[in-house]
Amino acid sequence: MTQPTELQTIAGGGLLDRRVFLKKGITFSVAALASESLLAETDPAQLPWMKTPGEPLSNYGQPSAHERKTIRWTMGNSMADGNGVSWTPLHDLEGTITPNGLHFERHHNGVPQIDPAQHQLLIHGAVKKPLVFTMEALLRYPMSSKLCFIECGGNSNAGWRDVPIQTAAGYVHGMSSCSEWTGIPLKILLNEARVKGRAKWLIAEGADASAMNVSIPLEKAMDDCILAVYQNGERIRPENGYPLRLVAPGWEGVLNVKWLHRLHLSNKPAMSRNETSKYTELLPSGKARQFTFVMDAKSLITHPSYGQQLNKTGYYQISGLAWSGRGKIVKVEVSADGGKTWAVAELQDPVLSKCFTRFRIPWHWNGQTAILKSRATDETGYVQPERDALIAARGKHGYFHYNAIVSWQISNHGEITHVYA
Amino acid sequence: MSMLKHFLPTLLFFSIPVVAIEVSPNLGKAASDQQLSQWNKDIFPDGQGLPKGKGTASYGKKIYNKHCLSCHGFEGTGSSADELAGASHSLTDNPPDKIIGTYWPYATTIFDFTRRSMPLNAPGILNTNELYAVTAYLLYLNGIIEENAIMNEKTLPAVVMPNRHGFINIYQQQDKNP
Ligand code: HEC
Repeated sequence: MTQPTELQTIAGGGLLDRRVFLKKGITFSVAALASESLLAETDPAQLPWMKTPGEPLSNYGQPSAHERKTIRWTMGNSMADGNGVSWTPLHDLEGTITPNGLHFERHHNGVPQIDPAQHQLLIHGAVKKPLVFTMEALLRYPMSSKLCFIECGGNSNAGWRDVPIQTAAGYVHGMSSCSEWTGIPLKILLNEARVKGRAKWLIAEGADASAMNVSIPLEKAMDDCILAVYQNGERIRPENGYPLRLVAPGWEGVLNVKWLHRLHLSNKPAMSRNETSKYTELLPSGKARQFTFVMDAKSLITHPSYGQQLNKTGYYQISGLAWSGRGKIVKVEVSADGGKTWAVAELQDPVLSKCFTRFRIPWHWNGQTAILKSRATDETGYVQPERDALIAARGKHGYFHYNAIVSWQISNHGEITHVYA
Repeated sequence: MSMLKHFLPTLLFFSIPVVAIEVSPNLGKAASDQQLSQWNKDIFPDGQGLPKGKGTASYGKKIYNKHCLSCHGFEGTGSSADELAGASHSLTDNPPDKIIGTYWPYATTIFDFTRRSMPLNAPGILNTNELYAVTAYLLYLNGIIEENAIMNEKTLPAVVMPNRHGFINIYQQQDKNP
């Protein structure tokens, strides 16, 4: 099949103008999509769900039985199944919000089943008034919402491997999820405790069986951190920190302490295990980067991506996600020829700071081998690096903060594999 | 006009029950001393927060074999959980060995992490002397202290770890490079 003559490609490999459908009078004549099967001839009234009453009302809705494969992938420790991670299936989702049951997890020692009536938050250390708050008290505070991603510092770490991993996009890059977090601006509580002038850091601790703790600069706490109580409108799920989670927008997942019960103000960081032994990046020189809080700009194409199959030539919509811990995404470019030429994708409104941003661009696949890539630029001018550039700067043993451009190769049979290109 | 200006606040004052308008809800309770000492688990590299107590590697070996070996392997060489001693590679080798002896900048972190998180199947079960002992054993296995060195709230923060100066504070530098 040939390319519709009305449509001009704007970059190699068949990328089309992102505004193509807005242009009046252009019709997309893709023969392959018409009269596909006999489906069109079925009388819908004869389908079983139009002939018998459906299921009763339910107290809490569940996804369709036809969507059972849209799940988190979990990986637990062989000796302790509460120690491990799970990934958001980004390749099965659209839009920007992650459903609560699919938000990624990283637990150091399982998910605590906390009784909110017994949960308290202590603020102490370099404060004039050490304070303790019950959940009942916290729920009376003024709240606000932040739509933001949370990404584990170890997300996408398979990218450091010498051989490209052949795994669905979400099960490599899905230690990143995006929610509306609603809660109390941390600044309000810190002001009530009257922080002393010498305080520079805040050590946050969770009430789980690992009493996980990390140090956070006070500046960040006073800027945009919130003590989240709700996630996407409902109380936070146990695996995401019920009943209270520290949300530090745009910063490493580990700083977004779940099951938060203590904030210790100090003039120095604690140098805890999770800010020294882990969540630091070893460089080729033998020195390691520490306190690398901000998650740099990243993007990836989720559709089409590894494991999906293109069965026909012609029109496809390329769709993906971009985000940056430094602020808004201002541009996502897509290439269909392995990076030789690039075209600017459409960003879905609203584009929010430190939030998943959905990009889309129409594409005409001519049936030949193609390599798809996406490249994000954020409002600070930071451009997502190619893998070679990232490795040249950081080596291969940093483990954390892998944010290089992702490449998917489409074979002439429409199979999609992950490549380094 | 000027009358109204003076009249209005007076009117408000008398007609509405006066509540001192809080700048903040102030719904927290003052934390008691007991609460503060019970909850505060944080230990800093300078020794702040370390409890009184002591232990040596020989006793620590017993603690380790009983409570840690099942996951961390014989003499800390690693098993289902992280390698804690016996690095066979340096930080610049391919692959590097990032463990207590080669990578950790502070000895206090071993005590702090073990106290808060280990053993994974029963956190909190070791007492202070057992914690100093198992910390001493891990430092000894990593060739950082002598077998008979006593670890306590004074000596532990004084241990200089081999990779003490191995870290670059990126937050301070706020770099923007890839
Ligand atoms: C049931 C298995 C288990 C037992 C028993 C156990 N650990 Fe662990 N340990 C782990 C796991 C799993 C981790 C990684 C935790 C994480 O992912 O946060 C760990 C991590 C550690 C670390 C940090 C390693 C690093 O390089 O960051 C230290 C130190 C440690 N354990 C010490 C101990 C000591 C000391 C004991 C005995 C008192 C002990 N562990 C008992 C499973 C165990």
